[in-house]
Amino acid sequence: MELVTPGLGLIFWQLVTFLLVLFLLTKFAWKPIMRALNEREASIENALSAAEKAKLEMQGLKAENEKLLAQARLERDRILKEATEAGNHMIEAARNKANEEGDRMIANAREAINTEKRAAIAEVKNMAAALSVEIAERILRKELSNPQAQQALAQDYIKEVTLN
Amino acid sequence: MNSVSKSLLMKKLFVLLFSLLTISAYAAEAPAEEGGGFKPSDMILHHVADEHKWEFAHGASLYLPVILLDNGQVHVFSSKNFFNEHDEEVAYNGYVVEHGHIYKANEEGEPIEDYKGLYDFSITKNVASLFLSVTLLLIIFCVIARRYKTNAGKAPKGIQSFFEPIIIFVRDDIAKANIGPKYARYMPYLLTIFFFIWFNNLLGLMPGSANLTGNIAVTMSLAVMTLVITLFSANKSYWSHIFATPGVPWWLAPIMIPVEVIGIFTKPFSLMIRLFANITAGHIIILSLFSLIFIFESLAIGPLSVAFAVFMNFLELFVGLLQAYIFTLLSAMYFGGAVEEHDHVEDMGYGDGH
Repeated sequence: MELVTPGLGLIFWQLVTFLLVLFLLTKFAWKPIMRALNEREASIENALSAAEKAKLEMQGLKAENEKLLAQARLERDRILKEATEAGNHMIEAARNKANEEGDRMIANAREAINTEKRAAIAEVKNMAAALSVEIAERILRKELSNPQAQQALAQDYIKEVTLN
Repeated sequence: MNSVSKSLLMKKLFVLLFSLLTISAYAAEAPAEEGGGFKPSDMILHHVADEHKWEFAHGASLYLPVILLDNGQVHVFSSKNFFNEHDEEVAYNGYVVEHGHIYKANEEGEPIEDYKGLYDFSITKNVASLFLSVTLLLIIFCVIARRYKTNAGKAPKGIQSFFEPIIIFVRDDIAKANIGPKYARYMPYLLTIFFFIWFNNLLGLMPGSANLTGNIAVTMSLAVMTLVITLFSANKSYWSHIFATPGVPWWLAPIMIPVEVIGIFTKPFSLMIRLFANITAGHIIILSLFSLIFIFESLAIGPLSVAFAVFMNFLELFVGLLQAYIFTLLSAMYFGGAVEEHDHVEDMGYGDGH
């Protein structure tokens, strides 16, 4: 029973001392310690959130860069495509022009040839006409060298004229 | 082998174990009855109880002041007056000390048992030890608090870095976890009881020191403070849980209200008994182990006793911390139950599932 009987004196001293210590420790130890801990935690929290924010910003920047890069790439592709197209177009145009020129030249040449041909044919015809006239003259001259033949011919002409 | 014979064997084993224990208990008491011999129970009780002088070793005693309040009259004198040159207890000034208690003495120097109006406020061994421990607490934590000022915003160093995780543990895992958003106002009390109990548990393990936290007066004072804080911080829903427990039919109130009211007091009572019993039991076990040497009056028992006592000491180091933690944790739970806004009835309002 001795052990489980609380002594009045000890209860008194315990309560007085404990409450005094509670007061002193609260004032001089716990409050400053808790405040310092909270402050430090807040500063760590702030630093962490700032770091997080910086990270996010970095990510934003990186995304922005990526976007710019992608845009640039697209632009390049577009320019390249356009250039290719323009080149193709130019080649096509040049080819067409060359073809046209060739066709035109061929047509010109053909026309020239035709003209030449016609001229040549006309000349041949003229020459043939002249030749035949000459031949006819020579033949006539030879034929008409005898007076009988001249007579006959004149007869013929007269016949023809009377008929008309 | 069937289960019946198995349980029979178990019973026999228990009987054997029991009889062995009782035999050794008889053996322990045997020399005491002869008189003049070693009385382990007396020695142990003397060591775990309070007294008016601080005996570090035989012949090295510090005589502490006696403060008596006898029917309104204050008497202050040294407890050395109660002991003669042979260290025997003698009456002084009409008072006599017996088993750590001061009684009014009659003419023959015998204590008068039914004397009224005598109150003992002496600085006993426990009170002196209490002063020592709180001095230690004040010095250590004021030094740490100053470190936080001089070392503001930097990583903790030295003693500060040893105690900081413990303080944070008390704050985060004891206070915040059990009290909730209103934890801050209980932090000073929780930190103080945690370190008070822990320091005193450890100081109590030192040879020649007092068994302060194993004294029921101390644990009672601590438990009463927890009770008072709980009751004063209790909100409406705490009281409504006691006087009109939600979900219980009204006609059960004659049973429920007394049960709940008793519940208010059983919680601090369990705090008081738990701390007292754990610490005192540890002291008794260690003292019993050492007593074995004297009971058997054999040097050969020495190493065995020492080995066991060393083991017990390590266990007590752990128990000292554990009991400080449990006392603080349960106090925090009771505070949490008192300030909690109840929106569920599963935990019956105490937050600890009781």
